[in-house]
Amino acid sequence: MTSTLDSDIRMLGAVRSATRRRVLVVTGILVAVLVVLAILALMLGNRIVAPGDVLAAAFGQGPGGDRFVVQGLRLPRLTLALLIGACFGLVGAVFQSLLRNPLASPDIIGISQGASGAAVGAILLLGWSGISVSFAAFGGAVIVAAAITLLAGGFGPVGSSGRSGAVGSRFVLIGIALAFLAQAIIGYLLTRADVRDAQSALVWLVGSIGTVQPAELVVTAVGALVLSVALAVLAPRLRMLQLGDEAATGLGVRVTRTRLLLTLVGVGFAAVATAAAGPVAFVAFVSAPIARRLLGGTGPALVTSALVGAVVVTGADIVAQHAFPGLQVPVGIVTGIIGAPVLLLLLARGNRTKGAA
Amino acid sequence: MTSHELRAEGLALGYEGRRVVEGLDLVVPDGRVTVIVGPNACGKSTLLRALARLMRPEEGVASLDGTDVHKYPSKQLATVLGLLPQQPIAPEGITVADLVGRGRFPRQGLFRQWTAADDEAVAHALRSTGTDDLAARHIEELSGGQRQRVWIAMALAQQTDILLLDEPTTFLDVTHQIEVLDLLQELNQERGTTVVMVLHDLNLAARYADHLVVMSAGRIVAEGGPRDVISASLVKEAFGLESLVIDDPVSGSPMVVPMGRFHGRG
Repeated sequence: MTSTLDSDIRMLGAVRSATRRRVLVVTGILVAVLVVLAILALMLGNRIVAPGDVLAAAFGQGPGGDRFVVQGLRLPRLTLALLIGACFGLVGAVFQSLLRNPLASPDIIGISQGASGAAVGAILLLGWSGISVSFAAFGGAVIVAAAITLLAGGFGPVGSSGRSGAVGSRFVLIGIALAFLAQAIIGYLLTRADVRDAQSALVWLVGSIGTVQPAELVVTAVGALVLSVALAVLAPRLRMLQLGDEAATGLGVRVTRTRLLLTLVGVGFAAVATAAAGPVAFVAFVSAPIARRLLGGTGPALVTSALVGAVVVTGADIVAQHAFPGLQVPVGIVTGIIGAPVLLLLLARGNRTKGAA
Repeated sequence: MTSHELRAEGLALGYEGRRVVEGLDLVVPDGRVTVIVGPNACGKSTLLRALARLMRPEEGVASLDGTDVHKYPSKQLATVLGLLPQQPIAPEGITVADLVGRGRFPRQGLFRQWTAADDEAVAHALRSTGTDDLAARHIEELSGGQRQRVWIAMALAQQTDILLLDEPTTFLDVTHQIEVLDLLQELNQERGTTVVMVLHDLNLAARYADHLVVMSAGRIVAEGGPRDVISASLVKEAFGLESLVIDDPVSGSPMVVPMGRFHGRG
């Protein structure tokens, strides 16, 4: 039996709505998980607030004590966790798609280390604290990204000697080298520093969202929002870039310019998140692969990655605060503990499916 | 089909200072199948890449309808000029429907999302490449020939009047080579699509080309109808190969039978 054009069109519609259904289900589940985690985050602590009272307290109703801990302490912390989780999730998704390399994540290619180096330098050498440290971190991230780009020979004009794809691995390798360099500088600064200063630098270094100031929250939120709008505009072109520089050019994407803009947006997200919370380990790295696995498809999976990132950081922060009685550990320790096995799992799976690309 | 003029004037192309193509002029005949052939490293793929704005010429210009392809608004150009690169990348896990659908990108804008016209174009592309029953499959499950047809389907979904293909038959066995070339000829005959492709196989080139361009050492040494172009002396000049040219018993086009040190006449 031969199919008709109409039946083909119907079938395409069916394929597409199956994909859409899966995206909706995955998004729904992730949002539900986030809501549960958010309520938990607001409830738990020295003063436990009943689930029913949490919402009221968050909106400034109910007993003053509840209001203070929920609205004054836990809500800002939760908001920051959600924001930086989403930011890190997006950076990973953008860089991994853009460079076509699962290792392309800011904590591996040196961008986080650059931010850390600058922040630690600012804390130890200049005696900065608070929001000015965040700006230093932002500067460090941008400097490393620029250095990688320059050393990698720009954005690889299409048609220069290398085939597309080579650009990605060169970028990653140079980034790894710079990460070690930044790490060495951080180590040097720490060994030279006064113990108490070194202590505060260390807390920043492992990634912490315990001490959040309102100003910091606003800067992070505004930054994330602006970058999200830019990313939404660029997202369709990122999908085309997945097909290789040449095919993307054939489809009308200005590859060099698009790659520059996407890199800027990615670095922006990394810098905003790292500036606010320090280099929370592995979140950027694992979020996008988990998101893609959940969706069972390709595409950069931006929204899903952002949600996964938010779930990971929010969940990890609950664990960090409450899993060890009498001890509050920075969230970065927990994400590191979760992240390392996930990395190993992905590598093991990657080996088995190799050659499929 | 609107008529178009794709041409190269005084084109000099190179990679990092090494000249590959020098002083090349070419007018691509509208509505015909043009095949570029030549020995390895003669600059044939480089020429195609320049026409497809994948590389900037060091001198000269590649133009479409009088406008430098690099100055043409990129997305607009992509509605006229389609490209199938030699090694496009299929993201792991992508479905045929998704991949072919990406050919609609040039027709979409920030506020112009997926429409019924897009569905129809994709369905058409799948049907004419015989890949409609593969739509829900993942690319990596397909054979080389099927995969190539899917990539061509993506280029078809782009609905361009001109289609450039860089060695579309490489890595395919002979059956799939013929299948792909038949498909392109059909596209040309039924829709009037201008096809420009680089091929390795001289005999297939002679069979499928309306206009044959023979390159050697960065220059065009001959161009025209295969019958007017192909001769033993040309093959000797361009490829440095002794050969016998006979009529292809199947298509009647010229057929080059190569001679080597051990196989010759007499």
